[in-house]
This record gives sequence, C-alpha cells and structure tokens, in this order.
Amino acid sequence: MKKKYFLNANIVDPLNSIEEIGGLIIGEDGKIEASGKKVNTNNIPSREKYIDLEGKYIFPGIVDMRVFVGEPGYEYKENFRTLSIAALSGGVTSVVTMPNTNPVIDNVSIVDFLKRRGRDKSKINIYPTASLTKNTEGTNMTEFGLLQNKGIIGFTDGTKTIQNTRLMSRIMKSAYDLDSLVMQHAEDYELAKDGVVNDGLISTKLGLQGISDLAEKIIIERDLTLLEDYNCRYHISQISSSKSVEVIKNRKQKVDFSCGVSINNLSLNENDIGDFRTFLKLSPPLRTEEDRLSLVKAINNDLINVIVSDHKPEDEESKRLTFYQSATGASGIETLLPLALELFHNESIKLSKIIASLTCNPAKILKIDKGNLNTGNDADFCIVDLYKPWVLKKDNLHSKSKNTSIEAKKLQGLITNTFVKGEELFKI
Amino acid sequence: MASSKAIKISKKHLLGIQDLNISDVKYILSEAKQFIQLNRSKNKKIDILRGKTQINLFFEPSTRTQSSFELAGKRLGADVMSMNIVNSAIKKGETLIDTAMTLNAMHPDIIVIRHQDSGACNLLSQKVNCAVINAGDGRREHPTQALLDALTILDRKKKIEGLKIAICGDILHSRVARSNIYLLNMLGADLKIIAPTNLMPKDIDKLGVNTFSNMRDGLKDCDIVMMLRLQNERMTSSFLSSNREYYEYYGLTPDKLECAKKDALIMHPGPMNRGIEIDTKLADDINKSVIKEQVELGVAVRMACLKIFCEK
Repeated sequence: MKKKYFLNANIVDPLNSIEEIGGLIIGEDGKIEASGKKVNTNNIPSREKYIDLEGKYIFPGIVDMRVFVGEPGYEYKENFRTLSIAALSGGVTSVVTMPNTNPVIDNVSIVDFLKRRGRDKSKINIYPTASLTKNTEGTNMTEFGLLQNKGIIGFTDGTKTIQNTRLMSRIMKSAYDLDSLVMQHAEDYELAKDGVVNDGLISTKLGLQGISDLAEKIIIERDLTLLEDYNCRYHISQISSSKSVEVIKNRKQKVDFSCGVSINNLSLNENDIGDFRTFLKLSPPLRTEEDRLSLVKAINNDLINVIVSDHKPEDEESKRLTFYQSATGASGIETLLPLALELFHNESIKLSKIIASLTCNPAKILKIDKGNLNTGNDADFCIVDLYKPWVLKKDNLHSKSKNTSIEAKKLQGLITNTFVKGEELFKI
Repeated sequence: MASSKAIKISKKHLLGIQDLNISDVKYILSEAKQFIQLNRSKNKKIDILRGKTQINLFFEPSTRTQSSFELAGKRLGADVMSMNIVNSAIKKGETLIDTAMTLNAMHPDIIVIRHQDSGACNLLSQKVNCAVINAGDGRREHPTQALLDALTILDRKKKIEGLKIAICGDILHSRVARSNIYLLNMLGADLKIIAPTNLMPKDIDKLGVNTFSNMRDGLKDCDIVMMLRLQNERMTSSFLSSNREYYEYYGLTPDKLECAKKDALIMHPGPMNRGIEIDTKLADDINKSVIKEQVELGVAVRMACLKIFCEK
C-alpha cells in the first residue's frame, strides 16, 4: 500500500480533544503515522503527492454499538457483505452485531462460523455479541467466559429483556467474575404487552396499544439497584424517555454504568408516525418531543454516552402490513452519521460531542482501541463534506432492506470517503 | 334527490371522523335525513347506485353493521357482495394488501371494511382505486356509528350544540367512543367521558373532553347518556375485578340515571351486555331508550355514505 497524505482537513478526534485544521498521514502498513495540525506541506516530502481536502472533515471511523445482521437465518434481510457496504457508505468502520439470529448466537460452535463469515464477506471490523441467555429465552445463562475467549465482545439478549430479577442478579455476578460486558434492552414485558407505540395522545388517537415509559424506567431502576451490589460492566442499550434520563441522573453518582440512545429516538418523535407509517414502528418506541429534547440534553450532560443506529433491516413484505402486524425496527446504519450531524447543524449538540458518542465513547465501553486517530492505530476514518445538503432516497440505500425511518429527509453532511486499515473502501 | 347534485365531500374515502370537516358532516347528515322517509315507506328501493358494485369485507364478526351496510347498498340498487372471511384466502395466509389487490381487479366502486387492526382501512385505501368506507378498525374509528348517533340525537333533540352528552364504559377499547368524541365535539356538544381509569385511554382529555371515574358526577345534568359495550374479547389482562362490581359502579341503573336530566335519552351502539353495563329494563324503556332508533337510522346513514362516496 502506498503512503497517503491528506492535507487541509478539519480533523476531529475527540479522544485526544483535537478539533483543528491539519492533515493525516497513513503509512504503507495502513496505520496512522501522524494526524493534526502538525501535518502540513512543510513536513511532507515535495516528491510525494498529497490530497487537499479543502476543509472537509476527517472523523475516526464510526463504532456502531447496535446492529442487526441477518446472518445466519435471515440472509434475505441483510448479510455480512451488504451490511459491510452499507456501513462503509455511512462512515461506519466497526459494528457490534446483535445475537438475534436464527440460530441465536448463544454457544461457542456458532461463533467460529460467525467470525469466518464476517472476515470473508465484510471489510469492516465486526464485533459479535452473544446472548445473555440460551436462545434468548431468559432462563439459562450462556457461557460468558468461553464465548469471550472465542472473541465475543459483550452479552445481550438484543431485542429482548431479562425479566427475571434473580437471573439478572446472577448474570451480573458472573459478568463481574469474568469482566464481561452486559447490555440490556430495557422493557418490562407485562407493562409493555401488546404495545406498539408510545402510550399517550398518539396511541389514543390511532387506537393502538401504548407502551408506557414506565416499562423502561422500571427495568433500569431494577438493574441499577442490582448493580449497586454486583458491580459488573453494565450498559443500557437504548433509552427513550425523560423519565429514564431522570433515573440515570440520580444513579450516576452511586454506581458506574453506561447508556446509549438510538439515533431514531434522538431525531424523531411520535408525531412522525403520522398515518400508520410502519417504518417508524420501533423498539423502544418514538416518544414525545419533550422526551426527545431530554435525550438531547442528556448527551450534552454526559448522561448518555453512545449514539447507535439500532440498524434493523426488515424486508418490505414484513412492513407492508397493518401497524400491529408489521415488523419492528428501521434500517439506519447508513444514515446514523448524517442524521446525527443534523443535531450539530441545528445547534443542539457540539460536533465533538456527537463524534465522541459515535466513536471513542463506544470504543471505551467495549474496551477496543478504535474510534480515534492515535498514531500507530489502524487508519479507520471517514471524510465528510460537513455542509453539503442532500436528500435521502430509500432506493439509493446500500443495505439489502430499505426500511428507513427518514425517507425523503433533507440532510446536511455527506460522507465522501471511508477508509479501513488505510484502504479506501467507499468513495462517493 | 337529484344524483346530479354537486359533490360536496372533501375526502375520497370515509376512514374516520378525524378526516372530515364540519361541512362534510352536515352534508352526510342532511342526505341521511332524506333516506329516513324512504326507509319508512312501502317501496324502499331506488336505483341511484344501479350498476355499482359494493364489496363488504368483514374481518371481524358483525351482525348489525354488516347487515345494515348490505341493506343500505341493496336499497340503493347496488350489487352487494359480502365476503365471508372465514372461508377466504386470508385464513390461508394472504395479506390484507394482496386481498385488496385481488378485489381491486374486480373493479368495485366501493369497499366497506371492518378489521380488528387499527389503521387497516387506511392501508387498504392506499392500495385500491375505489372508495373505502371504514366500518370499524380496531379501536380507532367507527365513523358511520358516530354519524348515526348524531342523526338520532338530532332527530330527538333537534340540536347537538350545547347538549351535555355522557359517553360511559369501556372507552379504551372503543372505536365508537373515539368517533363520537370527534364528531360530537365538532358539532358543539359538551362531552363527559366516564370510565374506570383502567379503561380510560391516556391523554384523552387532550381531545377536548372532561373525564370522570365517578359515574354519578359525570352523568350530572346530561341530556344524552351513551353506554358502551364492555369488550371482553379485547381484554387481554385483568382490567376489572368482576362484572358485578362493574355493574355496581358503571352499570346504568335507574338510580344513577336520576343524576342526568329528566328527559335524558339512553343510547347504546349494541350489542348490549344486559345486566353488566345497562339495566335490562332501562334498555327496553321506550320513553328513555333510543337504541332501536339508532339501528333504524343506521341504515339511512349508511345509504347516505354509500351514495356520497360512490359518486365521488
């Protein structure tokens, strides 16, 4: 690989508190040799060609902590190859995959298959999770230690929640012993039963069963109470309401944990569902504008650490149904960064904070050396034309499934190039 | 009743009262009024929908609504086909959209749909070329029921504006309640919504109604008492302790009715659970109950809707 020089870029590297005009040098081994303002025409050999980025932005490659890939079992929705293409077009270079496949990722034998497929078919960094319980049934724990040894990065039942309090306490104790990361999708099943949208005026008007925000709050309260006694690595996958933010704020002083939010909950509210738009049937559901604003504020106050795409590809057939019957989830990996940048453009969140929530913060929780531009690290990064307006068309999406929650949305900030290990794998 | 009358409806489909404006409502009600006399005369059949095809697509069991729509279509001279869902391809796994496409290929002029899922009629209307009339979707809307209720009130009380109207019972699961709230609110009534908190939808007060969990408080000085059926088939978990306790607190009995005005009328969309939400003698009291009149005027309202939306 030839050495590459990028100059005249806006470098944003939140881990190193860098937000400055400068350059980036990629070595022949695909590692970062230097980055920042110290890289300029004065210190590169005159015989070398360099690329003038003319003020475009360089961000570390996005680390997306919540991604559903259809392999194995649902290849018609998404496979590793299409996921990889979709991710790269969105500036995402590392993904944490959910175990809700068929079969479920719950034992050592399937991890080898997963890693092989990931390695052969995708060009991004794949970090698979395994389920917390066998077949995500919420009854018996999986082998955290053995699975971890095979390369599993963390444990979650993905779309499901551990309901049994005793089991949850035992999971935490085991996770403490083995230094495992536990990620919980917080929803009390009984309170949320049959629910498909936020419980409130919209559910009343549409005649749909609502999901109370208490269903989320109760599980978070319970888990954080347990965590006080069994202090393992614990991450709340996504929160959706101001009530949950309040709990997190109150518990932060007492106990150590991290928390994520889906870009959908951060950018949209329940009114966007309009006339039964099934592409906005999500879990957790979109809630009120007041809830959305509290989530934005929670990012600014470091109560929420991570923004995820909650990328859940679903084929058209499973969405062309009545709201009750249709599948839950939206495709989002390609639009995670552009949609997050909307929060910068409308002055809700500072740019470095947004990028930190998408890069070094998740990397820190996962204990991986990604999401930064450290010298000597793999050159995983993307180049973004930050102010370029464009319109999302679902037919232009690279993912196998086109169930985007933001069809026809006007966005600002276009990803023009994505590099993994110094190799340019996406170019617009 | 000249069918060449200028079209006065703003929507292509009748999916819910929410979509209509006040002149739409007044137009439908005035058309319906004219059909009341026809239905009471000896020769009940006219031919303004001759050559038109009406398909009734009922995914949920229904006696009065389905027969009312069928009769309404036949009295106007339309060819009416009622789909028996139990024997249809839907039971074999066909989706609503595929069914819609199949029916659409038969060139109907109007489809009347009842479905257990809220929003099913909206989905159908996006996929067919003809007009769609909602005969009840999940717990969202039942527009013709609300229109016939309004027509009944108008027939008896000569006005709706300023009337105190109580809607009482299982509001949570009721599409009738929702459609009536939109319609009667639009027509200027003062609405009192009475239900145990377990059966009260969240934030319903934001629709511009007063809510009561004490029935006597809610019934105070009301002109109309509209009772709703307790929808046991939609209750998936314990909403109530027992029917007898419900009757004690929310059943319409002569002594509770005394809280309302002396000339208050009792309404019920049917079918009734006698002895659960309503005292059986009250239900049959011809001086107070207009339940049979509701059924009668239902046909007239549906004739008006079929005529208006077929012409659209």
